[in-house]
Amino acid sequence: MNPKDLKYAKTHEWVRPEGENYLVGLTRFAVDQLTDITYIELPKVGSRVEPGEGMGEVESVKAVSDIYAPVGGEIVGVNDALASDASLVSRDPYGEGWLVRICPEKSGALDHLLSADEYAKQTEGN
Amino acid sequence: METTPLHPWHIAHGGRMVDFAGTELPVQFSSIVKEHQTVRSNVGWFDVSHMGRFRLHGPDAADWIDGLVTCRVTDLAVGRVRYGLVCQQDGGILDDVLVYNLGGDPGEWAMVVNASNRAKIKDWFLAHQKNRQATLEDQTGDTAMLAVQGPKAIALARQLFDRDPAGLPYYGVFTTILEGREVLVSRTGYTGEDGWEVVLPREGGLALAGTLDGLGVTACGLGARDTLRLEAAMPLYGHELSVKLDPFQAGLGRSVDLGKDFIGRDALLRRRGLADLPVRVGLVSGGKRAAREKDQLLGAEGSEIGFVTSGTMSPTLNHPVAMAYLRPDMAVVGTRVSALVRGREEPYTVARLPFYKRPAK
Repeated sequence: MNPKDLKYAKTHEWVRPEGENYLVGLTRFAVDQLTDITYIELPKVGSRVEPGEGMGEVESVKAVSDIYAPVGGEIVGVNDALASDASLVSRDPYGEGWLVRICPEKSGALDHLLSADEYAKQTEGN
Repeated sequence: METTPLHPWHIAHGGRMVDFAGTELPVQFSSIVKEHQTVRSNVGWFDVSHMGRFRLHGPDAADWIDGLVTCRVTDLAVGRVRYGLVCQQDGGILDDVLVYNLGGDPGEWAMVVNASNRAKIKDWFLAHQKNRQATLEDQTGDTAMLAVQGPKAIALARQLFDRDPAGLPYYGVFTTILEGREVLVSRTGYTGEDGWEVVLPREGGLALAGTLDGLGVTACGLGARDTLRLEAAMPLYGHELSVKLDPFQAGLGRSVDLGKDFIGRDALLRRRGLADLPVRVGLVSGGKRAAREKDQLLGAEGSEIGFVTSGTMSPTLNHPVAMAYLRPDMAVVGTRVSALVRGREEPYTVARLPFYKRPAK
């Protein structure tokens, strides 16, 4: 269920190379665990994020969770549609529910991330 | 961890299990919001078997309870239920309980207490029994308890019981036969909706879950139970109630009868007059970030004026709601405060409780 062409962070973000940039979103596993997502707060375009650093929060009825930057760099795009309809993330986490676009500081920034299979192993049994 | 008689049902039906006060229970089956809305508009059922269930039996059972809970029970009619608090000597709240007068000779009473306080309250009662002629039996492990809640809950009960539950008043209780078993049914609940709760022999729990499921009644988890009770401004022990708070601070003065003797009465007489203790309030926000338990409340000059005890995005009202303890001079409907939500201040306004009241029929 995790697309094979993506890379995954242990903290449940996915990364899709897109030209020079990386598109980032939340995994299906994460949104299924959260359910009832009510609000997503994202960083501003132009801000810089460090890998592993909190860059936003996702609020569900039950709880709030941090969203971590899977790669470092500059935020060059955010999904504005989420401001009016956070449930897009639940409906289409790998498509219309993407979160941010990051222009990475250095190449090879994905080496520390997991493959779809490795990520699936991590979430097994949950 | 303990499990309830319905545990196999929860597992088989995809319940997301969590540890709640030492018992493994489902937080949700499908979605908290869907389950919440089903209870508001239709009917849903909850496994509440984790709640502590005591039976008190004997000629002095009523006097025993009366000496340990804040509400008067000696004038409670047979077949009626009353909400009260158990306080320690200084007036701090040990638990909130329901007391049921089941009638009979020489006296049969039931008490439902919070799961987290079951052992503590049992010990407290036994320690303060004195020479009263009565016994306390903990029936929690021998029984199951389900709550069926929502505007269609009473109509549903007609299909199940051999006694018409429509004749049961709010906070009334009767014994009836359900699927061949003698059960205790009360018109009580923790959602702000009409409905009933049933205590039945342990082995009847799974059967009733199957029956309700077969009738299309939605199974609901602890998540919806929490958002429903929060909208209805019902306090939850460990959140709105604790040994550091008294019933007047909690806004539960109507459940305290200072005209009778009970443990904590003398302290409560004094504490009632204290004007400087924080009091329970409701808070609402027009924003998106929900204040949660333990978030601080700040006044205009940035000083701490209170703390949040429960908070969520309200599925019915679609904005954040919270209950909090606030400095009494600030506890006026309409007062603006800031909640420190994950490092950032969010504007909140003191609001009337409850946030939700079911429409009159």
